[in-house]
Order: sequence, then structure tokens, then C-alpha cells
Amino acid sequence: MRGQTLRPYLLIMPSLAFLLLLFFVPLVQTVALAFSTTTGTGVGNFVQMLDDLDFRDSVRNTFGLVLCVVPLQLLAALGMSMMLRHVRWGRDIILWIWTIPLGISDLAAGLVWLAILTDKGYLNTILFEVGVISGPQSWLTYETPGALFLAILTAEFWRATAIVFVVLVAGVQLIPREYEEAASVFGATAWQRFRRVTLPLLRPSIQTALILRTVLAFEAFAVVLAVGGRNFPVLVSQAYLWQFTNQNYNVAACYAVLVTLVSLAATLVILIALRPRAGESA
Amino acid sequence: MFKKLAILSGAIILSFTIAEARADELNFLSTQMRPLEEAQKARAQILKGSPVPVAYLPEEPPQLPIHLRADEQGAHTISLVGALHGELAPLASMLQPLDQEDKLITQSGVPEHVAKLAKLGTDHLMYVPWMQATYIMAANKKALPYLPAGANLNTLTYAQLSEWAANAEKATGQRVLGFPAGPTGLMARFLEGYLLPSYTGGVVVGYRSADAVSMWDAYKALWMHVSPNSTNYNFMQEPLLSGDVLIAWDHVARLQNAFRSKPDDFVAFPAPAGPKGRAFMPVLVGVAVPKTAPNTSGALQVIDYLLKPETQITTLRASSFFPVVQVALPEDLDPGLKLEGAAVAAQQGAKDALPTLLPVGLGSHGGEFDKIFVDTFQRVVLRNQPVKQVLNREAEDMQRVLDTAKAPCWSPDPASEGTCKVK
Repeated sequence: MRGQTLRPYLLIMPSLAFLLLLFFVPLVQTVALAFSTTTGTGVGNFVQMLDDLDFRDSVRNTFGLVLCVVPLQLLAALGMSMMLRHVRWGRDIILWIWTIPLGISDLAAGLVWLAILTDKGYLNTILFEVGVISGPQSWLTYETPGALFLAILTAEFWRATAIVFVVLVAGVQLIPREYEEAASVFGATAWQRFRRVTLPLLRPSIQTALILRTVLAFEAFAVVLAVGGRNFPVLVSQAYLWQFTNQNYNVAACYAVLVTLVSLAATLVILIALRPRAGESA
Repeated sequence: MFKKLAILSGAIILSFTIAEARADELNFLSTQMRPLEEAQKARAQILKGSPVPVAYLPEEPPQLPIHLRADEQGAHTISLVGALHGELAPLASMLQPLDQEDKLITQSGVPEHVAKLAKLGTDHLMYVPWMQATYIMAANKKALPYLPAGANLNTLTYAQLSEWAANAEKATGQRVLGFPAGPTGLMARFLEGYLLPSYTGGVVVGYRSADAVSMWDAYKALWMHVSPNSTNYNFMQEPLLSGDVLIAWDHVARLQNAFRSKPDDFVAFPAPAGPKGRAFMPVLVGVAVPKTAPNTSGALQVIDYLLKPETQITTLRASSFFPVVQVALPEDLDPGLKLEGAAVAAQQGAKDALPTLLPVGLGSHGGEFDKIFVDTFQRVVLRNQPVKQVLNREAEDMQRVLDTAKAPCWSPDPASEGTCKVK
């Protein structure tokens, strides 16, 4: 009997220990690192972070990127999963093609886009062939911040829409067709059915997808670094630079703590904004 | 618990290193040629003919002082240490004076300023210069027609470089001068080892001097002709090979592929000079013998062997570190390496040569020190902030870093009593 009650705990022990050792402990250490200064404990490292040349830019860029790319990805993924419902032949192949970017590493994706957008890259080659430009045109420099932002946005959009899409497709498949058929019988238009039936039923999936995607977007790093280099600082790339180039682990830890807090806050906002309303059984 | 874990893992690593070294071998700890492939070359090519069997043990730079101190207090296993000048300087108290090697150094033609560095500020020779690298200029031959009238590549000035880049831009419609100002590029080395000392004669003391202001003004003007992609470049060999850039500055190892794959397309030449001279940064690697070395005589034999002209050439082929001794480069040497070697020699032997050391004594604060230069560059050149204000602000930051590290001034700044001060 005693063995019976212990068994579930024994079974989850390894994963619990794993998380504690490899997630919780480093987290506590990072926070400790962020607050330890040469003269003891204090907020000196945070002051140094706030005072850093690239701090404001990295905050602005990170939020700008998240606020632009996440809604776009949600819209695209919603559209894609709705379209997929009506596909009869070749559904698996389309699903497979749409999820290819999921299997590509961040850095590889960044390098692919760099190859496309660099001065003598594929984009310029095509533009040159059709006569739009007369010579190499730079898109990724500090002189073209608009194009640079658009390039990073495109790369992030391409790379990470699939994860939102996969979550939504799973959610869409769970919605019984009967609801929509019933709405249809009562004369609801396609838009009304989507707006009043599908979307509310999809809310838990949207919530999950948004949380996943937003947290990942706040951690955007490899794509941004590959395409934007030093011209487009974001919070995580600053953490990386402080850790490995400037070799000040304390300030790097401050950036890491900031990213964690921002991600937590964003998760909370999404959890509250998309919570099941009264009368809904989500 | 974590301390225990750290000690345990340290012990495991140590036991591996010890297991690697055989009893009859002399242990050679080195912070250079660390990656597996390079270390293998050091063993199989450079040290193959050593008169004493050597166990070559790569060590991470931050671990070197810890490892040596532990060895000094404990097992006494290490007979030879190979490291950068700046890594050896803080270890002087643990090293044997090697004055018996003085004669060898003079005879083999190690330049005087290099030999002086190896004294680490004492009256004795504290290490023997082993090999060197540095940063030079590279240009595509296509850019040569745009050189300003009367300019000679070997005696180029920053003013002429600026004019050259302007001419090339006018003729090609492209900005073809490039610097490695990307995330992992070595722009900080250019600013602290080349540009600033060429105008101020130092690195730290004159950081916000009038000379520094005029340097930043001049560099800002020059930057008008620099490829805007520079802030994405990390290794200049790539844009040089693709033709995006025709003129560039970088570390010899980061230009190597261009010279090696197309030796007929490129020329190598010394860095430009400013009003205070042709500042350049030698990356000097030395070998030293710890006071507690178990086999001092063996270590000296290995040092003699490493300084032989043949060994120095083998070292160049295996690692792209250039000889420190006077030696004729052999005919069959890779033509790309020959180009670089000639430029390195010309830079070092220039009449107005002003060798600038890699920062010394900053320890783990080296990265933050470099950041000050890169930040100043970003503010002044890319963000157009007023020069004097930026210099005042960054000078304070620099002082903070120096104070934390308690670093005294290093050459070419005049020696200081205590911590180095920005004027």
C-alpha cells in the first residue's frame, strides 16, 4: 500500500530533480549574480545596465519586434489553420511544408536570410536582373534602420510562425464540426461562424500559442544577431555581449533577469486577457 | 555542494591532464594553439623535433594563473609556460629570470623593443619571445590605381588612407574601405592599438586630450568613405574575397584566407601612421619557466629549440604565428603567408613604428575596457554625438575599469605609480 502511494512521486522524481538542478538552481544563481557587486550586494549592476549605450535601443527593438511579429504570426497561423480545414487532398504535405522552419535552427535560419538580403545576396541579384536597382543596395546597415527592421521581422516571421500554427491546428482539430454545422443551419455566415463559434472555442489554444510565441519572441537572438549584427541590439543579444565580449557576468545576469521578468509579465497579461469568461467551459 | 562539485570536476580534469603527461616528458602549459586541431599541430609538427620529449598541455587563459599557483603550492609538475605577454606580466613573481638566454635573443635578432618587453619591467629577462602575430592592412590590387599621388603603401598615413578611400568611392561609386566592427570583429583592437596611439602616443593617459579630439574628428571624416556594412563584418577576409571591400584592416589570421586563396589579387602592407607615429599592436607570445619547474635545464633546451630559425618557420606553417627571430622566409612558403610576413616585418621595422601593447593587468576586465573604445566609436562616429562630451563620459568609465582592476599604465603610455590615470 505504502509502495503504491509513493510510486507516482518516485516516477516524477527524475524530471523534478532535473528541473530543479538545471532550471531553478541556475535561476537563483543568476539572480544572485545580478545583485552581487564588488562592494557586496546592491543594484550597481542594474545601474550599469540602465546606463549602457545600447540599453534603450535594445528595449525598444525587443518590444517593437514582439509587438509587430506576434500579432502578425497569430493572424497568419489562424488563416493557415482555417484554410487547412478545407483541404482534402495533400493536407499532410502542406502541413509538412509549413512546418519546415520548425526543424531549422535559429542561427541557420538567420544565415539563410543573411544570404538572401546581403549586398550581393539573392534579393539584390533578382532586383538587379529585373532592373529595379543598378548596383548592390544595402538593406542591413545602420544607415537603413527601416529596411533592417523589416528584414528581421520577415526572418522571425518566417522562422517562428510554424510553432503558432502547429498549436492552433491541434486546437482546430478538437472543435467538433457539429457546432459549425448547427450555426450554418441557423443561417450564420462564414465570418460569423469563425467569429462566434470557432474563435471562442479556439481560445485555449490561442492562449497557449501566444504564451509560447511571446516568450520565445522576447528571447529572439540568433536570427537577430545573424541578420542585424550590432546594428539591432535586443535584450538577449546584449546579455550575450556582456557575458562573452565584455566579460561582465553581473551585467549579463541583469539582462537575463530583465528578460525573465518581461517574459513572466507578458505571460500573465496573456493569461488574464484570454482567460475563460463566465459561462464558458474552457 | 557546488564548491565540492567544482573541486571534484577540477580534480577530474586535472587527473586527465596528468594522465596525458608521461613521467619522462616535460610539461608545457600553453594558452596558445588551444583548439584540438591546433594543439595536435603543435605536438606533431612544432614540437616533434624537440631535444626533450614534451607534453603540450593547452590551458584556457583565465585558468592559467590558477593552474600555475596550484602547481607552485603543490605538485611542481610544470616546467614551461607559453602565453601572451599580457598573460605573463601578472605572473612575473612566479617565473624564473632567464638571463642566460639573453645572448641567444640578441644573436637570433629578436628586435630590441620586443626583448625589452620580455623583461616585464624588471632588470631580468622574465620570458623568451616565442612567436608573434599582429594586425595589418590588406588591399585588393583593383584599389591601387586610386592611391593618392605620392603615397607609398609602406609609409601610408591616415590622411592618405582617407584620401585613398575617397578616390576609390568616387571612381567605383561604392564605399570600399572596411573595418571589422561587427559583433565579434576586432574593432576595439584597431581603436586602442592603432588609431588612438597614432594620434596621442598612448592609450589611456591621453584618452580625452586635444589630440584625441582631433583624431576622432579625422576618423569621423574618414568614416564617410567606409562601407556601412562594416558594423556587420567580423573577419575581413570574407568581404575582401567577395569584393564588397577593397581595402581593409584586420588580424593576420583573419585576413589569411584572402591571401592564401588569391595571393595574386591582394597586397599586404603596414597600418597607416598618425602624427605620433605608426602605432601597431604586436601580439607577442613568450615562453617562461616557473620558479618551481621540475626540469629547468630541459625547459631551456626546449626554448633554444623553439627559437631556432627552422622551428620558427615550422611554427609559422603550422599556426600562422610569425617568427620573432631574424629569419629569411623560405622560397616554398605559402605565397599568402609570404605576403603577410613581409607586411608584418615592414610594420615592425618601420622608422616611425610605435608598438602598442595589448592591455596589460586588466585581467577579467579586458572586455569592459575594449567596450569603452567601441562605445566611444559608436557614439562619436555612428551616432554623431559631440566628441568632447563623449570622451569625458567614457574617460570616467575607463577610470572606473582601471580602478577596479588596479592596472598600472602599459606601453606606450608612460609607466605609472599605482593605477593608471586618464588625464
